[in-house]
Amino acid sequence: MTVSLLARPRQGWLKKKMSRIFGNLSQETIVFLLAAALFIAASIGLNGFLQANNLIAIVRSVSVLGILAVGMGVVIIGRGIDLSAVAIMAMSVAWYLQMMQNGMSSNEALAYALGGVILIGFINGFMVAYADIPAIFATLASGYFVYGFARSQLVHQDATPVPAGHWIDQLGQIRLGEIPVEVFFFSAVAFIAFLFLRFTKWGRYVYLMGDNFLAARNMGIPVRPMTVLRYVISALIAFSAGVLTASSLHSINVRVVNSNLLYDVILVVVIGGIGLSGGRGGMRNVIVGALLIGIMQNAMTILDISNIYQNLIKSIILLVAIVVDSLLNPRDEQTAQQGDI
Amino acid sequence: MRLKQMLAAAAFTVLGALAIGQTAMADGDAGTQDPGAAPYAEAMKGKRVVLIPMAMGFDLAQGWAAYLKHEVEGWGGTFETRDPNWDVNAMAQAITDIISGDQKPDVLVIHSPDLNSMTKLLKKAQAEGIYVVLIDNPMNFAADAFVGSNWYHLGQLEAEAAVKACEGKSKQIGLVQGDAANASSIYQYNGIKQVLDQHPDFKIVAEPFSNWDPTTSRNVTTTMLQQNPDICAIIDFWDGDATGASAAIKDAKLDGKVALVTTGGGETVDCKALEDGTFYAVVMTELAGQSRDMNAVIKFLLQSGQKPGTSKTYIYTLEKATTKADLKPTSCWDVKQLQAGQF
Repeated sequence: MTVSLLARPRQGWLKKKMSRIFGNLSQETIVFLLAAALFIAASIGLNGFLQANNLIAIVRSVSVLGILAVGMGVVIIGRGIDLSAVAIMAMSVAWYLQMMQNGMSSNEALAYALGGVILIGFINGFMVAYADIPAIFATLASGYFVYGFARSQLVHQDATPVPAGHWIDQLGQIRLGEIPVEVFFFSAVAFIAFLFLRFTKWGRYVYLMGDNFLAARNMGIPVRPMTVLRYVISALIAFSAGVLTASSLHSINVRVVNSNLLYDVILVVVIGGIGLSGGRGGMRNVIVGALLIGIMQNAMTILDISNIYQNLIKSIILLVAIVVDSLLNPRDEQTAQQGDI
Repeated sequence: MRLKQMLAAAAFTVLGALAIGQTAMADGDAGTQDPGAAPYAEAMKGKRVVLIPMAMGFDLAQGWAAYLKHEVEGWGGTFETRDPNWDVNAMAQAITDIISGDQKPDVLVIHSPDLNSMTKLLKKAQAEGIYVVLIDNPMNFAADAFVGSNWYHLGQLEAEAAVKACEGKSKQIGLVQGDAANASSIYQYNGIKQVLDQHPDFKIVAEPFSNWDPTTSRNVTTTMLQQNPDICAIIDFWDGDATGASAAIKDAKLDGKVALVTTGGGETVDCKALEDGTFYAVVMTELAGQSRDMNAVIKFLLQSGQKPGTSKTYIYTLEKATTKADLKPTSCWDVKQLQAGQF
């Protein structure tokens, strides 16, 4: 009790100070300005940064990250989190390729893989919506399960190649003008998610549930089926990100499950300004967040900054984003009642 | 006189032969069996060998495991593996479990993730009477034996291949390093530097890290080629992520112009990539020879009678850079065949 009594005036003081500094800027605007500033600095300071090809490469390098962030965004806006996304992405596609290697036809294998993906999304949603398990634990566990089960029972090695001439292989070679398919894929997924969230009834429900779950339930929104739907969507988007990864590398390596990718996805979502407490933000935030990461990584690579420092710089930016988020979207009575994700 | 001497000599010969015959008789097998066989069988019988690679999910580890299983079971020992799946903590846990369990192994074969992190555990294993054989990645720890590549030399071979590929071209070289902790990455880098220092006209224009991840390798290579379109060769530190670098080279429409040099286990994928021009040169690990070296040193240690931790031996595998020109049907090995028991 004493803690909250002390904390409250202090928070108010900080918020006033912040709003004096930033005016009424949202986090999205701040990150956008930061990205713009970085972009201008890199354009002036780094040779070759501003070439069309490099700009395309930037968007392309964050496309898989961005697609995963779209799925994560939909889940987080509705108040939740999906920590199994990267495991689903890698394992479903590796399983798909493995089944073909074992001699199954492409369509049959695809049907199995998609079935598996939908099933996992469904189980995630069921655990969160009906069994009332906190999303962070439910999806953490299911992510481990997906990786462990698929890696031990279904996929026989880390790297599974795409058969030559397969549609996934051809997908990676598509260019529209000079622009590679990944850029369009990312834009399309983000645009479809935007249409869903903005213009469909179910999309609006996602915001209502994220903003105030109890009120949403009281007004008659089918909150449980809606929760299941979000995790199924997230799983399907993860599968599409996996297909895209395989198409650009001609193989998929399941080691990616053990990498920092999942944290990068959350970084993109949070940094773009989608609050972890739900109900806020949209696809614009995902795109802004992804672009900031893309510009930053590209500039750091051009500068030949080693991995360790790249991680340090990224983590500092994440910390700043989280602090700014908590100052701009302070915890109130309502969030306190709902608890954390 | 003469006759007397000859008779004496003959007598001695007969006596000597009798004496030898009698000693041999005492051994039981009357000279029909090699005297080494019995102590050998005695020393090797039921010995337990455990292989813990960084992960079981990649070609080299599967190759080592297949060979060692074949050999160890062949001489009457038991062979097991553990799979930490690239997780350093899981590896430490596996080693701890094994050396503190009831059934201690006789030999631990370890593929270390870095120069230092397993040192304490492996010292403990030696104190428990377990021989430690390091493979592939050396450590700052005196194991009973190291079997693997001399990564410094391997880097030199890669650099020489790159220098050759750059003849008459720009003399700009790009590196895609692994990480900053793994011995294979650090020594490989030093070896490359040493060769390129001898060619002052050559220049390393960028040296980003891939963290052994193909997507990262692809992104950093794209940027590298964007910034330095005249690069004539790229050295990627592992074939496992060089697929990313090769995709980036293809995207930049520079295939055929930029030579991609890498190193790998020499599984059939390496030969395919050399064949279709994806890789210009691969410094391959000669798996069969390397695995046989491991087996030989294990057999030696088990018979040596010396205490674990009292000696150290380094057995470096013969390496050579293979290009399309010197590809042979036997240049690569097939992990599926090995696992099916075809050696």
